[in-house]
Amino acid sequence: MSEKKKNLIDRVWDLFASLKLAIILFSLIALTSIVGTIIEQNAEPEKNLIVLKRLVGEDFAPTAYRILEAMGFMDMYRSWWFITFLALFAANLIICSLDRLPRILKLVKEPIKPISPEKISAFPIKKEIRLNGTPETLKDTLITSLRKLGFKALNNSSMEGEGYQLYAQKGNWTRLGVYITHLSILVIMIGAVIGIFFGFKGYLNLPEGYTSDVAYSRNNGQPHKLGFSIRCDDFDVEFYGMSEMPKDYRSWLTVFKNGQIVMRKMIEVNEPLKFEGYTFYQSSYGVLSNTQGYFIFKVTGPGGKSETITKQFGETFTIPGTNIVGKIVDYSPALALDQSGRAYTYTNMMNNPAVYIEFTENGKPKYSGWILRRYPKTWRLPDGSVIQFIDYWGVQYTGLQVRKDPGVWIVYLGCIIMGVGLYMAFFMSHRRIWVLVRKDGKHSTVNILATANKNRPAFERKIEAFISQLKKEV
Amino acid sequence: MDNSTLFGIATIGYILAMVTYIIYFAFRNKTVGIIATTFTVSSFVAQTAAFFMRWYEGYEMGLRSFWRPPISNLYESIIFFVWCLILGYLIIEFKYKNRSFGAFVTPIAGLALAFIEMTGMSKEIEPLVPALQSNWLLAHVTMSFISYSVFALSFATALMYLIEKSEDKKHWTYIFWTVSLGILLVLLIGMGLDYLKFHVVATSATNIRNFLFKATFRSDSPVIVAVSWLGAIGLIALIWAYGHKLKKIVAAFNLSPEILDELTYKLIAIGFPIFTLGGLIFGAIWADQAWGVYWSWDPKETWSLITWFVYAFFLHARLMRGWRGNKVAVVAVIGFVTVVFTYLGVNLLLSGLHSYGSLS
Ligand code: HEM
Repeated sequence: MSEKKKNLIDRVWDLFASLKLAIILFSLIALTSIVGTIIEQNAEPEKNLIVLKRLVGEDFAPTAYRILEAMGFMDMYRSWWFITFLALFAANLIICSLDRLPRILKLVKEPIKPISPEKISAFPIKKEIRLNGTPETLKDTLITSLRKLGFKALNNSSMEGEGYQLYAQKGNWTRLGVYITHLSILVIMIGAVIGIFFGFKGYLNLPEGYTSDVAYSRNNGQPHKLGFSIRCDDFDVEFYGMSEMPKDYRSWLTVFKNGQIVMRKMIEVNEPLKFEGYTFYQSSYGVLSNTQGYFIFKVTGPGGKSETITKQFGETFTIPGTNIVGKIVDYSPALALDQSGRAYTYTNMMNNPAVYIEFTENGKPKYSGWILRRYPKTWRLPDGSVIQFIDYWGVQYTGLQVRKDPGVWIVYLGCIIMGVGLYMAFFMSHRRIWVLVRKDGKHSTVNILATANKNRPAFERKIEAFISQLKKEV
Repeated sequence: MDNSTLFGIATIGYILAMVTYIIYFAFRNKTVGIIATTFTVSSFVAQTAAFFMRWYEGYEMGLRSFWRPPISNLYESIIFFVWCLILGYLIIEFKYKNRSFGAFVTPIAGLALAFIEMTGMSKEIEPLVPALQSNWLLAHVTMSFISYSVFALSFATALMYLIEKSEDKKHWTYIFWTVSLGILLVLLIGMGLDYLKFHVVATSATNIRNFLFKATFRSDSPVIVAVSWLGAIGLIALIWAYGHKLKKIVAAFNLSPEILDELTYKLIAIGFPIFTLGGLIFGAIWADQAWGVYWSWDPKETWSLITWFVYAFFLHARLMRGWRGNKVAVVAVIGFVTVVFTYLGVNLLLSGLHSYGSLS
């Protein structure tokens, strides 16, 4: 290209191929992102007004708010200018890499050439040793040692006088590590964009026993057809010992398609269900109000006969093998006793479910009391019967996050590529070695020259080890 | 003996090590140096033992599964950070046979441990809520802290570089490092005064927010606020005026600016891939597994990204002509400031800014 005036396209290309622009974009993205962490995104105006009052004072806060809002800072990661930064960043990355790639590819493909002995002094790693034996007798030892050092494809050329040089390179392709890293960033961005355009983010609160064929959009709350239906069979929370701290929560889900059961799975936090591109995450739970649930007991009579029964509030049941009838007269989702020993409910979540059952025998009151699900001691009746409180079913709902993201695999792929690229870029290097052997009376002079594009001291140490090994062997 | 007693012993050991390293740094007496190393190594051993004890105790008490090492809350993560930092330092000390660096690293460790004591954060072994019981999270936290420690070391080398290289009091790099060091000291002293005044036995982030700098900059008395600001500015000015004295001491060591520059780069070249993989990628995978969103631009994520950009800035700036030495060292220092902010600032300052009511 002529050195004279470059045309516009060339100048734009040069701009986008420059590291300077990259540095500017790094700064711009980082600095504006800071604002986005101070201003709460997509929040009610009052929240950010409070923040601004703390930062700039009572008087200026409303003005500051209006200015920032007009500039898009209230939802800045989706604002046109932030997206523009990201787009420029991607363009910078693409063009910068394209600009340099031919040169790098040439470096990668270039076969290693023998060197002329005059150039020895120019090498960053250079060693000279004298070994017993003629060059020819040394050759096999040298070749095996070099192979052991990792240089498999050895080249060999003779030199003037009685001598030759062995030379090889390895890791030339690791020079591509930087470009693979850059590529991975683009792959991740592509995956993210696909997710934004073709994905769905929603939620579904599904009560025990209910089935739904829609989920609700996180953006606008609109129902979204799933193309199959999902039922919550059961939901349960497990606590740490007798504490109030949840250890795990789980839902048992069934998926139906065209009226057929196609999948059953227990999900828990960090363990979602996946079906036809949709993923259902266990994210929360809650209790329905004004709903009649079903008490499930396993009742074992004094004779050892047992039976599983399902009853609603106010209903009665008989203990197998006896005339004793129990009636469910009270219920609490979270029972506690106050100082005077009176029972009360401390939360409306099912943290400590309990039922109050009155037992009668032939119509005469016998005993009554609270049976707590988490305390097996309370299941035992004076006559040796056991009322195992298995579940109070049909009143909790499971809170599911529902997501469909066809781009997520591309993002994951990008992450893997990035791991590989970074490893190549930082922990591997392109190494070259030349071993020049010349006759020197009864001995041979051996010059070892080497280069490495990264981490030269490590390579140098390896070569030193190689030399002391050689000296031992000869 | 339980784990916290042993951690306490290690803490005292590190503080003694810090003092001896600084004495060594000033007088360069070989015996003092050996004592400093001995303190460090034995505290490190004690801390390692305490770590495993705590791990076992959590398992014994039924609060953690056997596969959950104790690195899940603020207290545990700071302890783990110090552990990684000291390990990294000891490797450098033995590899480069140079102790002077200890005088820069042990204060970072001491600072972190002092932070635990001053804020009085909870040291209890807490059960893990369901979302935190994930192997991805474990890998994420572990690798993040390893990278933070490596970045902390690069911060120390970069600062030493700046100290050695500063020529002229009016040069912006000199101003940069003296003011940075000054601010660091001011924050430390401010926190120390909080502790002396309130003996905070706070156990939650709320209390940290309520007491932080209450004795100084956020005092109810305007006089104290004014005095604090004056004192702070005075201290920074003092460091600016006498900072060049430090240079002589640092320069007397065998760590030439070239080695420091190289070391800073190397450390970042180790920290960057670990941070990328552990801090960003594993964090995103965890969020994806737990909530179904791999990236949601929440402040913590965004600050990790900012940190990442700063270190990417460092790596790229170093490849440009004219960006060796001073300028990139400054970027390395800023990088570590963003690390600290990602880790502490987001939880303490930003959440304080966004909290309603009580705070004012
Ligand atoms: C956050 C995004 C980026 C990351 C994580 C990244 C990562 C890297 C890494 C790890 C290196 C190797 C550095 C070293 O060896 O010390 C590198 C080199 C480089 N990067 Fe980036 N990069 C990013 C963005 C960019 C952009 C936007 C450009 C566009 C100009 C760019 C241009 C370069 C160039 C020219 C090199 C040097 C290549 C060489 O040495 O042959 N990078 N990048």
